[in-house]
Amino acid sequence: MKYSRKNQARKNVRESSLRQAKKQTKIAGGDFFDKLHAYRDVHAHALFSSLGRIVAEPFNSIMTISVLAIAISFVSGFHVLAVNIQQLTEHLDASNQISLFLRDDVSDAHANKLAESIRKNINVQNVKVISREDAAAEFQTYSGFGSAINELEKNPLPIVLQVLPKKSLEDKRGLEDLQKEFQQSPEVDVAQMDLQWIERLRSIIDMVKLFASILNILLVAAVLLIIGNTVRIELHNRRDEVIIEKLVGATNSFIRRPFLYAGFWIGFISGISAWFIVTVLMLIVRQAVEKLSSLYGGSFHMLFLSLTDTLALIAISSLLGVLASWTVVSYQMHSTKLKKQVRLQK
Amino acid sequence: MIHFDAVTMRYPETGDVLRNVSFHLRKGEIAFLTGHSGAGKSTLLKLITVMERSSRGRVILDGQDLGLAKEHQLPFIRRKMGVIYQDYKLLYDRTVFDNIALPLVIAGYGHLEVTRRVRAALDKVNLTGKEKKYPLALSGGEQQRVGIARAVVNKPPIIIADEPTGNLDPELSAEIMYLFSQFQQVGVTVLIASHDISLITQLNHRVLKLDHGQLVTS
Ligand SMILES: Nc1ncnc2c1ncn2[C@@H]1O[C@H](COP(=O)(O)OP(=O)(O)OP(=O)(O)O)[C@@H](O)[C@H]1O
Ligand SMILES: [Mg+2]
Repeated sequence: MKYSRKNQARKNVRESSLRQAKKQTKIAGGDFFDKLHAYRDVHAHALFSSLGRIVAEPFNSIMTISVLAIAISFVSGFHVLAVNIQQLTEHLDASNQISLFLRDDVSDAHANKLAESIRKNINVQNVKVISREDAAAEFQTYSGFGSAINELEKNPLPIVLQVLPKKSLEDKRGLEDLQKEFQQSPEVDVAQMDLQWIERLRSIIDMVKLFASILNILLVAAVLLIIGNTVRIELHNRRDEVIIEKLVGATNSFIRRPFLYAGFWIGFISGISAWFIVTVLMLIVRQAVEKLSSLYGGSFHMLFLSLTDTLALIAISSLLGVLASWTVVSYQMHSTKLKKQVRLQK
Repeated sequence: MIHFDAVTMRYPETGDVLRNVSFHLRKGEIAFLTGHSGAGKSTLLKLITVMERSSRGRVILDGQDLGLAKEHQLPFIRRKMGVIYQDYKLLYDRTVFDNIALPLVIAGYGHLEVTRRVRAALDKVNLTGKEKKYPLALSGGEQQRVGIARAVVNKPPIIIADEPTGNLDPELSAEIMYLFSQFQQVGVTVLIASHDISLITQLNHRVLKLDHGQLVTS
């Protein structure tokens, strides 16, 4: 009884294998969409199973991802800082003013006359006179030390002539000559080119930027190494699986795929975490920064990571993940041939 | 289909494990490979699956010299054969279903096709209903049958088996042998390494006998 049932089962199997054989030729015959679906299935499976593995070991994953997120948030933090400094300094671009601080004994009338004569200079576009009273008022509004000036008996501020040179006078030499010329006149105490301190500020900013770039390179290298090492450990843990897959005919790209997805996920999640870290930190410091800026009469609004920045941040982190794991897995597959591994096994 | 031409296999540690072995297995032929323990049976099979390469002589599979095969060709050579290993080589963190499906997934079959074929293979080795179990929850003989199902699920033109019935009772062994001969009848070439003398004598197939690395009957 049992036997005949088995025979029946065998017969059924034979028939169904025949049907499958027909189906098989259809697939092998190049049903494009079936193949495409299968390809998509394999990718989707690798994508989700690698995420599953990350979730399955939350402790390890959280540690790795936290380290990565901190490193990445440094990089994007530098970027945000650079963007904000840029915003702060960009309106200084056009300024090539020369400020003439006049001697204490020069009267308002004399100052006006001097301004008039300077206006006639062919290299000068305009001159603005800032009287002692104007200066005091301005100081009071903007400095944040408003009342201090009232304590003083005598207004200590000098009269200032703000000279705007002609646009044609663009090169530094011309400006410097003009500055020297003003310095010579007896009424002028100090002739100061605004450009000078802007330039100094610029070169300081440039230096800081260079420093940040170098740090960024190191941080990116660290990110690559951390992801690479994580994937290496994963590869080691799954060595038997890799060997068995090879034995049943897996190509290198099939074996590599889940690891590439693992790298992708690590990078992706770290990128998102880094975005959170940066944004939260910025929210914390924003109030302080904007309060400070309002004290100086500025209307400085802190710039956060823009949408493009955020997308770039996540894309680059994910890409770094893929790159690191690709390198590690390819290297490991070349350096340890299947043969040696199998010999060790049995 | 499988052609050994004066093959010698030497391990630096153990010396010559196979010596001057020559035989030819035609397409659709079935043969037993026997010999004492340590005679070199597994080693001979490893040359066919290109887990090792011969030190001298040529191994030709389906017209292709395996000694000359490039690394990137190996996956496609291996897809031509279903291999049953002495130590099963199953993935212990995957279900029976996923283990058996592996060759199909690797070859790029769609989900429906995979399910259908795995079901059929499970049925062939009498493991229907165990597809959701993990290998460690199975007996030795059941694990072995999972390995057999994985080897045949792809309907390969060659089946290589290393002690496929080592852990099976006589009745199951007979069924598995019956399965192999069924495959042979549809043109599959089958090579089975086995100690099981009673099984070998009972079935009247060709026998290749190894003795200390030399082929004494073919
Ligand atoms: N990787 C290896 N490195 C060195 N020597 C090996 C290696 N594999 C096998 N050998 C040696 O080759 C000889 C044959 O081994 P093999 O596994 O082929 O025997 P077998 O016929 O399959 O035996 P059994 O019936 O016990 O499975 C043994 O003496 C063994 O020591
Ligand atoms: Mg053996």
